[in-house]
Amino acid sequence: MKADPRGVLTGEHFIDGDHACCEGALAAGARFAAGYPITPSTEVVERFAARVPTVGGTFIQMEDELAASITLQGAVWGGAKAFTVTSGPGFSLMMEHIGYAAMTETPCVFVDVQRGGPSTGLPTLPAQADMMQARWGSHGDYAVIALCPNSPQECFDLTIKAFNLAEEFRVPVMFMMDEVVGHMTEKVVIPPADQIEVTPRKHTKKSVEEFEPYNTNGDMVPEIAHAGEGYKFHVTGLTHDERGYPNMTPQTQDRLVRRLQNKITSAADRIAMFEEADLNDADVVVVSYGITSRVAQRAIDTAREQGLKVGKLRLITAWPFPEKKIRELAGRVKAFVVPELNLGQMALEVERAAGGQAKTFSLTHAGGSVHHPEDILKVIVEASR
Amino acid sequence: MQLTEIRIAGFGGQGVILSAMVLGKAASIFEKGYATVTQNFGPEARGGACSAQLIISDTPVAYPYVTQPDIMVVMSQEAYNRFAPELKDGGTLIVEQDLVRVTGLDKKKEIKVYGIPATRIAESLGKKMVLNSVMVGFFTALTGLLDPDAVRKAVADSVPSNFRELNLQAFDKGFECGSTASPNTVETELEAESVTEAG
Repeated sequence: MKADPRGVLTGEHFIDGDHACCEGALAAGARFAAGYPITPSTEVVERFAARVPTVGGTFIQMEDELAASITLQGAVWGGAKAFTVTSGPGFSLMMEHIGYAAMTETPCVFVDVQRGGPSTGLPTLPAQADMMQARWGSHGDYAVIALCPNSPQECFDLTIKAFNLAEEFRVPVMFMMDEVVGHMTEKVVIPPADQIEVTPRKHTKKSVEEFEPYNTNGDMVPEIAHAGEGYKFHVTGLTHDERGYPNMTPQTQDRLVRRLQNKITSAADRIAMFEEADLNDADVVVVSYGITSRVAQRAIDTAREQGLKVGKLRLITAWPFPEKKIRELAGRVKAFVVPELNLGQMALEVERAAGGQAKTFSLTHAGGSVHHPEDILKVIVEASR
Repeated sequence: MQLTEIRIAGFGGQGVILSAMVLGKAASIFEKGYATVTQNFGPEARGGACSAQLIISDTPVAYPYVTQPDIMVVMSQEAYNRFAPELKDGGTLIVEQDLVRVTGLDKKKEIKVYGIPATRIAESLGKKMVLNSVMVGFFTALTGLLDPDAVRKAVADSVPSNFRELNLQAFDKGFECGSTASPNTVETELEAESVTEAG
């Protein structure tokens, strides 16, 4: 369906990534956010708090991130599209409820504008060190989707995508920005509402008598009914059967947990988004995401000017990891170079997917700034040998 | 509009960030170019040193940071001391001449220095606050980088409506000064002035 025009600020704007993310959420139909302010993410909800009353919605500043991350799920079960916004320390506090969203199949979006960590770390400076946390941060087996924008325009476009994926798969989607992308200002084009595709809630068409909250009817994703609509309603973090009742048998656990994982992994190819260039003749492929992809671009350009056969693979979807693409490339390139603002997180995934067919060079950076393009160039040169 | 790296620096409250936003908006929205603005975030931005980086180009900007600015606008001595050595050879330095003493510039770098008493001009127009629009006007005339109409539109679009007229006047005044300015006259003026004050 098309976006509700009330939430769409059609036009050309010169705004930062945080503000663009907020506009994306509004365009996607988000009418509820709960948050607790934290640099460098606060501008997202600051704008949302100012904008949402004009389109008919609510922002609540909660007492902390634990509260924010569960309140938004209450809003979802009440029928709203909802999200929260945070950065590292707050993201850590939200982990319990990210698991809850995965277990209860609550469609929602968690925005993490990454800053240097661990702990309080570097409040105002960039990092990309929450990438593994986004995938594995809550306990137990589950799967999520994580997207990595690299510009304010993508903060807009991909926030809409994040909400759409959340609805399609009934899963929490991690929106993994970084401080540079969040605070960088560029032109953002917001199209008219009738050009924005929005995925509606997978609401049941069944009668009240027929409906079972977690019966997938042979599909991977169950239909939903909201609280107060007259349907059977039971939402629990306990292992539950198709009726939503707690059921502690290994059989129910196996069926539920495998489905929670498989509904994402089986659709990985369809979810995977990446930007590629010059891969056909490449000896070396630079795999990067977020702000680092733009730093790497300068190194790639210089390397190609020097005659090196370097290709680019920019991850837009980090999770599910596009391992098929990496495996396919690994069979025909010498090496992958993976610069990232952490001590080597997604590089491990690249190495795993490459399966020993091509070498992986992890180019680490503890955060606080971005790589020097020259440092990336040096590793490209080394990897090309 | 080939790739141009610009740094604007001063102290908090001078409209440093807004200046960069206005120029970036002019380039990417009112002209068909690309612009990226990044700014220093941190405790130092509150009342202390403040700096914005602006990259303007006719192709999309990948690397978002300034490495060697082609143009630098400085509105405080601290900003001058900290950033002036970064300037590219043959680059352009624009200073708030009442607040910045240009010293120790390497002659071999052949930097073109322009000065304007932007704060004083803003005060004469009625509000010190509009000194950044004076600067933006001066910048626009001197550098010829952007279409003056586009920048004027960006000024009007970026300031609160009740201060729009005043900011446009400030822009025009700065532009007028920039149209007749000649480079490398600042140091002499500064020295002459300080002598007068002492006398």
